[in-house]
Amino acid sequence: MSNKEKEPLFSAKNLKLLTGPLNQNNPITVQILGICSALAVTAKLKPAFVMALSVTVVCAFSNLIISLIRNTIPSRIRIIVQLVVVAALVILVDQILKAYVYDVSKQLSVFVGLIITNCILMGRLEAFALGNKPWQSFLDGIGNGMGYGLILIILGFFRELLGAGTLWGYRIIPQSFYEAGYVNNGMMLLPPMALILVGIIIWIHRSKNKSLCEK
Amino acid sequence: MKSLRNYIDKIKPNFEKGGKYEKFHSTFDAFETFLYVPDTVTKAGSHIRDVIDLKRTMFVVVVALLPALLFGMYNVGLQHFAAMGVADAGVMQCFWHGFVKVLPIIIVSYVVGLGIEFIFAQIRHHEVNEGFLVSGMLIPLVMPVDVPLWMVALATAFAVIIGKEVFGGTGMNVFNPALLARAFIFFAYTPYISGEKVWISGLSKGEGIVDGFSGATPLTEIANALADKASALSFSSTPIDWFLGTIPGSIGETSFIAIMIGAAILLFTGIASWRIMLSVFAGGYLMGLIFNCIGANIYMDMPAYYHLLLGGFAFGAVFMATDPVTAAQTNTGKIIYGLLIGMFAVLIRVVNPGYPEGMMLSILFMNAMAPLIDHYVVESNIRRRMKRMNVASK
Repeated sequence: MSNKEKEPLFSAKNLKLLTGPLNQNNPITVQILGICSALAVTAKLKPAFVMALSVTVVCAFSNLIISLIRNTIPSRIRIIVQLVVVAALVILVDQILKAYVYDVSKQLSVFVGLIITNCILMGRLEAFALGNKPWQSFLDGIGNGMGYGLILIILGFFRELLGAGTLWGYRIIPQSFYEAGYVNNGMMLLPPMALILVGIIIWIHRSKNKSLCEK
Repeated sequence: MKSLRNYIDKIKPNFEKGGKYEKFHSTFDAFETFLYVPDTVTKAGSHIRDVIDLKRTMFVVVVALLPALLFGMYNVGLQHFAAMGVADAGVMQCFWHGFVKVLPIIIVSYVVGLGIEFIFAQIRHHEVNEGFLVSGMLIPLVMPVDVPLWMVALATAFAVIIGKEVFGGTGMNVFNPALLARAFIFFAYTPYISGEKVWISGLSKGEGIVDGFSGATPLTEIANALADKASALSFSSTPIDWFLGTIPGSIGETSFIAIMIGAAILLFTGIASWRIMLSVFAGGYLMGLIFNCIGANIYMDMPAYYHLLLGGFAFGAVFMATDPVTAAQTNTGKIIYGLLIGMFAVLIRVVNPGYPEGMMLSILFMNAMAPLIDHYVVESNIRRRMKRMNVASK
């Protein structure tokens, strides 16, 4: 082991861990995981961004911790160990959100707590962190968190812009539009429209990536 | 006419394989088959010989819609002049006013819908299907007359792309496209398709309205009576008005009798299923009777047959529920499907005060359930026959 040349921190293989989930292996549009929170918290851009950040942090550090102790976890109780680690991190994130961005924390309500049950986290821990080294696991966690966050931010952008005419709380569509007869699309603020938007994103994504299309 | 045929024959080679406009083959094909009976014949497989292809079917439905459309135009004018206090408005004056108001909605619906159909047909090298001929006529008929045109355009685009094209085009859709367009406006721009002001042209702008004229549909009047905790329902119109259709409402839905003429055409030509039509009415009436038995508030005590005359019930039963693509396919399934549509429509009306009209949501819901109903009907048939076979073999 020691005489083998050390792999550089950002080798092509490691970078792929980071960028793969953004496109070819996106947790939402390709693996169809984490849909529940993607529909629930994206009515506005700001909560969507905070949620994306929270999931990325939890995903990265839970991957790191589980990877560090992966050889000591008895396989029969591994799920409960994973849950303990994730729950501890989620509580930390929740407390930080309450302390610094209380209004957003209120809007996210139960969905921060529900990060514990987010399929993406359990999926990455089971599929990756249990069998890979800490640094790779950490990158994989960040990559998947960002892949999830990317879709959340796209959803939040369109839903807030078309549903409320604002972005990040600031008015984007000018008042003169409303006077000319433009009306905000109330359906954008309802979760079903988010599902339809996810569907459209998947549609566009697959028509650009023929390799993703099922036979 | 002969010269048109000659002209088409002359330009036809351009659109065939190797021609210079080959890309636009499906567009050309759509226009040619729309104007003339196609001369191509099926060359392989089973041959069912019948003059009525998809195009003729759709055309009959459009004809069946005409009474409701023409009466709707007349009624738009009638309601408008009643609201303005013009007492001596003639039939033609009423009709002309309605014609001017309704025609733009029809044009927008057809231009947007057919435009999208043509684009998708070009991209996918399909033929342009005729399904939208009916949808494009149904969409204006389920809209309030004062709806902004850009909303109609957006709703039509939504219905055609998300409701139809993503599932593979005509014949593949899960939901009725026309109702999907209405549902889109209903949820996205609620104030423009509900309440009291939108059903009569000019009322939302408040131009010289007669004092005390509300513009509420009978269903809204019921909702208001419930909200005010009134001791009895009071209508500004009578069941005779509802039967004739001289009440405020969506453009095509008000007249029971005009819709029944359409129903007669559809049933006579065998295009719509009588099982569905009958069972929707039966279901609505049955649910009305059940509510009469419960009688917990004034709405539940309303005579059950009122439900069949009011709002979009008859229109939905005749033109929406019978859509052959989205309805159940088996005969038993059709009866269950229709009964449940009628029952849910009345249930939503009476129990949920937020939605005065339940027909749209009820049909869309049952559209989603139709494959499930068919599945169980087929399964039970298989079980029954297996049982019979086992008994026989013993």
